[in-house]
This record gives sequence, C-alpha cells and structure tokens, in this order.
Amino acid sequence: MIEAYLSIFIKAVFIENIAINFFLGMCTFLAISKKIQPAIGLGIAVIVVLGLAVPINNLIYNFFLKADALFPGSDLHFVGLICYIGIIAALVQILEMFLDKFLPTLYNALGVFLPLITVNCAILGGVLFSIERNLLFTESVVYGLGAGTGWALAIVALAGITERLKYADIPEGLQGLGITFITVGLMCFGFLSFGGISL
Amino acid sequence: MSKAKQVLLNPIFNDNPIALQILGICSALAVTGTLYITLIMCVALTAVVTLSNFFVSLIRNHIPTNIRIIVQISIIATLVMLVDEVLQAYDYESSKTLSVFVGLIVTNCIVMGRAEAFAMKNGPIMSAIDGFGNGLGYSIILIVIAVIREFVGAGTFYGIEIMPLTTNGGWYLANNFFLTPASSFFIIGFTIWALRQWKTDQIEEPEFKISKNSLEAKETSV
Repeated sequence: MIEAYLSIFIKAVFIENIAINFFLGMCTFLAISKKIQPAIGLGIAVIVVLGLAVPINNLIYNFFLKADALFPGSDLHFVGLICYIGIIAALVQILEMFLDKFLPTLYNALGVFLPLITVNCAILGGVLFSIERNLLFTESVVYGLGAGTGWALAIVALAGITERLKYADIPEGLQGLGITFITVGLMCFGFLSFGGISL
Repeated sequence: MSKAKQVLLNPIFNDNPIALQILGICSALAVTGTLYITLIMCVALTAVVTLSNFFVSLIRNHIPTNIRIIVQISIIATLVMLVDEVLQAYDYESSKTLSVFVGLIVTNCIVMGRAEAFAMKNGPIMSAIDGFGNGLGYSIILIVIAVIREFVGAGTFYGIEIMPLTTNGGWYLANNFFLTPASSFFIIGFTIWALRQWKTDQIEEPEFKISKNSLEAKETSV
C-alpha cells in the first residue's frame, strides 16, 4: 500500500517532473530563477497550492463533473476547465487570507508570488493530469504534493546554477534568457536519465 | 507606419512574446514535435488570444478593477472550452496528442498578459489586432522550432518524406535527440541568440561585468 504511494510520489518528483519533462509553469520558472531565496519561496507556495488544488479538483470531478456522477445521464465534463480555474483562483485567495491572518511570516515570505500562482500552468496542469489519469482521492493527494516538490526542486536547482552563471563570460546575445534556456536543456538531460528507473 | 500595422507587426520580431516577454513558453516546448500538431496549437492560441482581447476590451469599462482577473479568466476559459470542443469534434486524434495542452491555453500567460496589458486600455478592434499579432509572434517561433525538430528528428517536413530514413532503406540516420523535448530548449535558446544578434537592442545587460584584464582595470582605476 505504502509502496504504491511512494512510487507515485517518486514518479511525480523525478521521472515525470512537471517542470522539466512537461514544461509546465515555465514562464515563472524562467522569470523567477535568478536568485535562490525567491525561488525557494515560490517553490513552497507551489507545493502547498498543488497539494490542495489537485485533491479538491479531483473530488469535484468525481462527484459532479464525471459522466453519471450527479445523476444518471449527466455529463458536465465540458465545463471542467472553468470549474478548475475558478477553484484554483478561489483557493489561492483563501490561502492568502488564511496565511495573512495566522502565519504572517510565511505570508510575507511568499509575498507577490501567491496571487501569481493562479495563472501558473503547473497548477492547472497538475490538476488536468490527475484527472486524465483517473487517480483516486488519496493518490491525488500524493500526486499533488509530489508534482509540487518536483517543480520546487527544479526551480531551486536552476536558480543555483543561474546565480553561479552570472560570473561566466557569456556571448552578448545569449545573455539572460538565452543561456537560461540552454541551462534548462542540460538539466532536462539530467532528468531524462531518471526515466530509466522502473517502479 | 500606421498604428494598426505597428500593433500587428511589432510582436512578431521586435517584441516577441516568447523571445522577449517570456510569455507562453510551456506550450512552445511541449507541442513542437511535429509541424501538424504545432500548427493546430498555433491556430488555437491565435484564435483564443484574438477573441479574448476583443471581448475583454469590449467590456473593459464595465469591469470593476478588483475582480478583473476573474472576469478575464472566465472569458478566456470559455473560449478555450469552445476551441477544445471544436478540436475534439473535428480532429480527435490530434486532440489526444495535444492532451492537456489545449486546456492549458487558459493559463497561457500570453492570453492573460495581453488582456491585462493591452485590452484593458484600448478599443476592441485595436485589441483584436494586437491579439492576432501576438498570436503570430508566438506561432512563428513555434513553427521554426517544429520545422527544425521534425526535419532533423524524423527527416520529414509536414509529414512528407524529405530525407529517406535508414530504417526505410534510405540514407539518413535520424537524430533521435531532436525528438526528445530537451532539444526544444536548445533550439529556443539559439533562436533567441540569433534574434538578438539581429535586433541588438534586445540584448540584456549582464548583472556582473568581467573586466577585460585585471591589470588594465587597475591602471584605469588609478
């Protein structure tokens, strides 16, 4: 039992890393990866939001939107997208208010990143993947946390490399965005080697 | 240059959404394996960004500022749902290949970014033109990547065989690296490099300058 969950987790973190292998949340991934500190903050925020959004949307799908879920013959899967994004937006808003009230230190640490997460495709991507793969509720909790951890790991690693790279002598046109892409490409190779693990 | 033409053409090379604004990169990497799939994605995104800019701009004076994001997202999500349904109805195979990426147009930052940055401030027709221009800017990068990946990775162009593969008795040994997603990172990286060599004003300032020669630097400082 525990092995099955562990394998979902490891798979989500390394083998099917949501940032490196599916390129989700790339815009923030590339924009916020210049320094380690903000990268860690954003990584934690993504873990929390994915860990909540994936299971909640999984429940919504299974109890309301799936064919025959609401009443026999009902099929609401086509309004899925608007439901998921609405729930993610609401969730982020609630989380923001909750943190502001009860955990102000964490709230200040996350700062501007929390509202930005609503439009981060890693979150919606994680939700859509968990629904496409028909995960059970408990599996979706593990998957959400795993996907978030994978994303956080990737952005912190990239930020670490970028911080070092600023002392490198890079050709003018490749400066900034160009070299970041090539670095991520090399990281992608690293993560491809995890593909050989069989669970 | 008239304003409309400028708004239309500017995002293609001068202010490209992918190469300069860092918007909408996720899908650019994932759907560029074959040209056909890429073209579908480009058409879908261009349609969504044009229409969403038009509709957001149409009601821009009636949207209260503090709930504007949710209004924009609802408009975008509705349009994406329509595109998704149309695609599933007419080309089911491609919609399976694209899997979640059509749905992810909702969170594609080009669409949100243009709605927020342009459509909230300009008239509907102009906004639609801006959306279309950004769609084209996005498409051109995607098409370049897809052509390179498909040509080198499989020896084909739009599914037509150009270089016969060794597996089919031809002479060309396919470079499988270009079929892996990692290759698109390199291709985008080098595309940006090429674009910036051409449009030198897009070059980013380095955060840290290495002095040419430490001895020389010492002399100038003295």
